[in-house]
Amino acid sequence: MTQLTMAKAINEGLRRAMADDDKVLVMGEDIGKLGGVFRITDGLLDEFGAKRVVDTPLAEAGIMGTAVGLAFRGYRPVVEIQFDGFVYPAFDQIVCQVAKLHYRTRGNVKMPITIRIPWAGGVGAAEHHSESPEAYFVHTSGLRVVAVSNPQDAYVMLRQAIASDDPVVFFEPKRLYHSKGEVDLGADLADAPPMGLARIAREGNDVTLLTYGAQVATAMDAATAAEDDGISIEVIDLRSISPVDYRTVTASVRKTGRVVVTHEAAREAGVGAELIASITEKCFHYLEAAPVRVTGHDIPYPPAKLEKHHLPDLDRILDGVDRVLDRPNSLSGVVDQ
Amino acid sequence: MHTLTPQTDLATDVDDVARLLNEDGERVADPELDRWVADVDAEALRSLYRDMTLVRRIDTEGIALQRQGQLGLWAPCQGQEGVQVGTARAFRRDDFVFPSYREIGVQFVRGAKPADFVIAWRGEEHSTYNPYDINTATPQIIIGAQSLHAVGYAMGIQRDGTDQVAAAYFGDGASSQGDVNEAMVFASSFRAPVVFVCTNNQWAISEPVTVQAKFPIAGRAPGFGIPSLRIDGNDVLASLAAMRWATDHARSGKGPAFIEAVTYRMGPHTTSDDPTRYRDKEEVERWRRRDPIARVEALLRSQNEFGDDFQADVAADADRLGAAVRGAALGAVSRQPIGVFDHVYEEPHTGLAEQREHFAAYLAGFEPNAEAGR
Repeated sequence: MTQLTMAKAINEGLRRAMADDDKVLVMGEDIGKLGGVFRITDGLLDEFGAKRVVDTPLAEAGIMGTAVGLAFRGYRPVVEIQFDGFVYPAFDQIVCQVAKLHYRTRGNVKMPITIRIPWAGGVGAAEHHSESPEAYFVHTSGLRVVAVSNPQDAYVMLRQAIASDDPVVFFEPKRLYHSKGEVDLGADLADAPPMGLARIAREGNDVTLLTYGAQVATAMDAATAAEDDGISIEVIDLRSISPVDYRTVTASVRKTGRVVVTHEAAREAGVGAELIASITEKCFHYLEAAPVRVTGHDIPYPPAKLEKHHLPDLDRILDGVDRVLDRPNSLSGVVDQ
Repeated sequence: MHTLTPQTDLATDVDDVARLLNEDGERVADPELDRWVADVDAEALRSLYRDMTLVRRIDTEGIALQRQGQLGLWAPCQGQEGVQVGTARAFRRDDFVFPSYREIGVQFVRGAKPADFVIAWRGEEHSTYNPYDINTATPQIIIGAQSLHAVGYAMGIQRDGTDQVAAAYFGDGASSQGDVNEAMVFASSFRAPVVFVCTNNQWAISEPVTVQAKFPIAGRAPGFGIPSLRIDGNDVLASLAAMRWATDHARSGKGPAFIEAVTYRMGPHTTSDDPTRYRDKEEVERWRRRDPIARVEALLRSQNEFGDDFQADVAADADRLGAAVRGAALGAVSRQPIGVFDHVYEEPHTGLAEQREHFAAYLAGFEPNAEAGR
């Protein structure tokens, strides 16, 4: 095991995937000599050459569309979108081509494309640099969508995403790029849990707290804080948000009877809405209280000095926990919750 | 190279093009293009005539089938047989082509079967043929998207170190799309072995080409660092010659090439369209006199190379092909209902698997004796 930052773990994951399969290539803006704006691709150009580490023109639709053509030819492109808020020009190619070509061609054409997106907020960035667009992709059939929360998962799941014959949108919480953790660089994919499995980050009995990405750390802090009040929270790191590992999720809900979902993304038609709808369908009779969402507000991402009021922090999560436990909370006494 | 100067009225000048066969069927010289078709004799011309005639028959059959309720929609290619057959004939089998939904002639030359022309428009499948069987992608519906796919494929060719080329076909409307412009940037930057064919058929549904461009579209390519040709797209010989030039250019490592083929969409955009609302009959009739098939016939007749037997033989071929296309449409069998879930993913997806199971259980309720089994 090695102590690595998440950024370095992703870098090592790319290196390992490229070494394992010469059809893997990485492409994106500034990823060659510069090593990417977050240095995720640092050193790869020297190691693998310009044919496999492709500094592209500054055009996201162009990057994604040429990745489609490379996949047609049998390559496994790993596309770096420089920032979450820059993915939208590529949205058409992702939704209409990457996601649908396999279906359109009755499985004859595979799209083993991995779309890496430095993602979400909390880093004091400029506008368009802190977005959480995951629901758009979860809503798109044909894509797999994952979000990592720690260096080990980042290292293993990136390699799994690249090895998958399906397109995978791979969300990397930029807030955690410099957080360290133990990574087993010798990890064999054959021994790793499947990419779609959720991880019980912390066991508990009173409330199931569902989340993914950088929010996992906040949720863990909330669970630790809740202990002081004698509340036992089970934290589930979903890891995959399409598909969702409902076997793990519903087993937890059947145990606790109470659900809180937290994510940075806005609430309206977000991943939390889908999770709660599905949980309600699958185990309504086990629920002791209405599930609660603790999310970003339904607003454009605010300026950096205000982002702390938008991001669901420890206290807002605990307020949600109080709601499902029918303890005094911010909405106590408010009619029409 | 056909010279272009930046005068806006050139955008609508359909005769400022390179040409080898004029509308009267006379062979005219072109210093750039002649050498690329020096081998084309009467037999080769008859072969081009045959393909164009067969493509027109597929088109006629498609329209009829749509009018009879057998197809949901049809996008006619009448008038564009020259550019489609001529350019497609220049490819090698192992080149890879990314067409739009109107390139019936390109698909035909590449080896599509009768069913391949109608099964998608009938709504049975999004795609019938396996793209790798005829090295031709499923016709693209999103305007211009395939231009980037061709460039990406060409980047793959470069990495494989082979001498294949990729090609993308799109229309004058698509030339306004970001994807097409980005494709030219990428192709130029990476010197990708790709050929772009802009079929300028004068209309993007109801919008004339002047809405897309004030200067000939071929004039854009040099701005991206890509050499271009502007040709008479109703001239199958010029189309063949231009694509032979373009594929040779790309194949020999010189990078991308661009062809603007000036032609005309004689029919509606699709069978849902009513072109009488936006264009006048005189224009259509002017273009009817420039017909790509009639030109070749006239040339062959002038050479005493167009016999009655040949004409009858082609007509019989067309009848057989038309019947096969019709038979494929009428004989199509829809997938089983549960088949809507097929091929969404390559690998198991638990969420979709659960939905599929639920739908299968629902469908089972309609089976005979389902009630008794409950």
